Amino acid sequence: MSFPWAKEYTPQNGLTKFFDEKLPLPRFVYNAVGAGYPVPRNLSYFWNFGVLAGFFLVLQIVTGVVLAMHYASNTQVAFASVEHIMRDVNWGWLMRYTHANGASFFFVVIYIHIFRGLFYASYKPPREMIWLIGVVIFLLMMATAFMGYVLPWGQMSFWGAQVITGLFEAIPLVGPPLKTWLLGGFAPDNAALNRFFSLHFLLPFVIAGAVILHIWALHIPGSSNPTGVEVKGESDTLPFHPYYTAKDGFGLGIALLVFMTFVFFLPNTLGHPDNYIEANPLSTPALIVPEWYFYPFYAILRAFTFDFILPAKLWGVLAMFSAILVWFFLPWLDKGPVRSGHYRPLFRKFFWFGLIPTMAMLFYLGGAPAHEPYVMLSQIFTAYYFLHFLVILPIISSIERPDPLPYSITEAVLGSDKKAVLGENAEPVAT
Amino acid sequence: MIRLVGILIGLGFAFVVLLSFVTGAYTAATEEVAETAEYAFHEESHGPADGYSFDGAFGTWNYAQLQRGYQVYKEVCSACHSLNFVALRDLGQLGYSEAQVKAEAATWQVPGINPDTGETEMRQAIPTDYFPNPYPNDVAAAAANNNAIPPDLSLMAKARHHGSDYIYSLLTGYQEPPARLLEEFPDAAPGPGLYYNPYFANLNLAMAPPITTDGQVTYADGTEATISQMSADVAAFLTWTAEPTLIKRKQTGWPVLGFLLFATILAWLAKKQIWSDAKPKRRKD
Repeated sequence: MSFPWAKEYTPQNGLTKFFDEKLPLPRFVYNAVGAGYPVPRNLSYFWNFGVLAGFFLVLQIVTGVVLAMHYASNTQVAFASVEHIMRDVNWGWLMRYTHANGASFFFVVIYIHIFRGLFYASYKPPREMIWLIGVVIFLLMMATAFMGYVLPWGQMSFWGAQVITGLFEAIPLVGPPLKTWLLGGFAPDNAALNRFFSLHFLLPFVIAGAVILHIWALHIPGSSNPTGVEVKGESDTLPFHPYYTAKDGFGLGIALLVFMTFVFFLPNTLGHPDNYIEANPLSTPALIVPEWYFYPFYAILRAFTFDFILPAKLWGVLAMFSAILVWFFLPWLDKGPVRSGHYRPLFRKFFWFGLIPTMAMLFYLGGAPAHEPYVMLSQIFTAYYFLHFLVILPIISSIERPDPLPYSITEAVLGSDKKAVLGENAEPVAT
Repeated sequence: MIRLVGILIGLGFAFVVLLSFVTGAYTAATEEVAETAEYAFHEESHGPADGYSFDGAFGTWNYAQLQRGYQVYKEVCSACHSLNFVALRDLGQLGYSEAQVKAEAATWQVPGINPDTGETEMRQAIPTDYFPNPYPNDVAAAAANNNAIPPDLSLMAKARHHGSDYIYSLLTGYQEPPARLLEEFPDAAPGPGLYYNPYFANLNLAMAPPITTDGQVTYADGTEATISQMSADVAAFLTWTAEPTLIKRKQTGWPVLGFLLFATILAWLAKKQIWSDAKPKRRKD
């Protein structure tokens, strides 16, 4: 589906006509990310991050496939094969640093993409399905990143795998056998490393499939926009190409500048030194932490220290998974009629002074050592995290009086819309 | 309905985690946190006073220093520490000629197989060999070193926070345990076969001070071999072994960033040009 004024693809020469008849792939691309896709004209740079996420997915797949040509998924040689890539493979160090930092930047971009969706309530009807698929993609990314971090078979690889798979042990009755089944043994070893490699290679393609569904679902209602007012007419939109290809191209340039600064000058800053020590099941590191992008959820996991009916560990595991699962229910928890945080005074306060500081603190606390005051702080912010999504959001969305909305995107951008001036609908409309 | 269930679940999680908070706060309020010796006496590592040549975004290798560092590794460290991921051929990157690398490789003995009898034997190394391990296996390494296995040094500079500084600090940081430590934390006093070093994570290290006297190594290039000089040189050498491509990486980075900056400026101009007809100025009311 698209808007009636969307430009129609017209093949120009024999070759494109031939293709359009037999396999209309050019038409498909034209309608998806070309001039055939009308997009709200008021998108800010926050709407750049979907394209950036797509870029980093492709980058991870390309560098990952090359790395897989030189890597050996066997506990005897995995660590050495990574050093082989770093030392002996031509430009291998560049491939590996790009891949390792690419994972981090993929998450940076995805977190901004998700929190843009949260601020502008992009999950509200008619875009629930886009949001749901997006959360699935995030979960797939977490699984992929976790298994990828195990592959170099360093100390953090091993002990991270030990801790994360150990979480399944907390499940009553089936926990311990489930963990053994997942690992193919009682502790992470060759069987686990091999299957993690296999899945780490497979899942990115599953993600790519989910991304196609994500974009497909996006093209049904079309992109959201910073006002949250739906597109009303042709003057509200611009064709994706050239307007947004140009804008996203500039955004990509900025993102690459930052990314490449890390790859070439700070390639190990986002990693952990312990992972340059080969895995040793007999020596536990002083502090076991996952990669930084898991910190908020790791902080939530560790916040539960008190056995209340259920063991604390089980509470932690339940809370950690619930912290992400709760995002699935947002379209039904936040029932307010207005989308954009710009027009929701109460929502906006809780977002900037509640949720954002909470996430920032959970990011910090997840990497902090497990003693006071870090544990107590993570308990307070974990409580706020759940209260925000499950209690505050449903309540404010029903009691809040939103600010008046512009009549249309055109009015928001240009200061007037002919139809509004003509009085066809003088009152601001909530959509 | 969903919202009601959601509110209940939200309150439930918040309640349980706040229970944890209350018990934690109670413990924190009633029990004094014992200060640990590690926390009180551990010191942050620092590099040599004039820094390293490879520091910073424009750093370069100081080949003379790397060669001196190699000499310190060879004459001191290699008695106990392996360098598993480094090949003798890699020495060519330190400014040695091909003939010098061959000659240097020949000074090392590596395990080999007698081509006539098939028996294992030690033979002269050639450049394609890797640095030999001083011990045949971990058990032998532990047995010879008071049960502490000397770690492989190939990646040491990347396997610790600020690794190059850490190596320098550790080598120059051996000292008598301070009187206050022995007074306040008698348990933290170095046990038999352990040596006090405030830069080591738990303060007491099984490695005896390896570099103890000035002139322990006689440098081929005539540099005065002070303890600080030898420590800085070997730290530089181990920074190279940890990442031989370090300087190439930094030097590649600049043209990449330059190109990206140029491309981004072009992208900005293109964006401005394309959007010029789409963004009429706001009407002034």
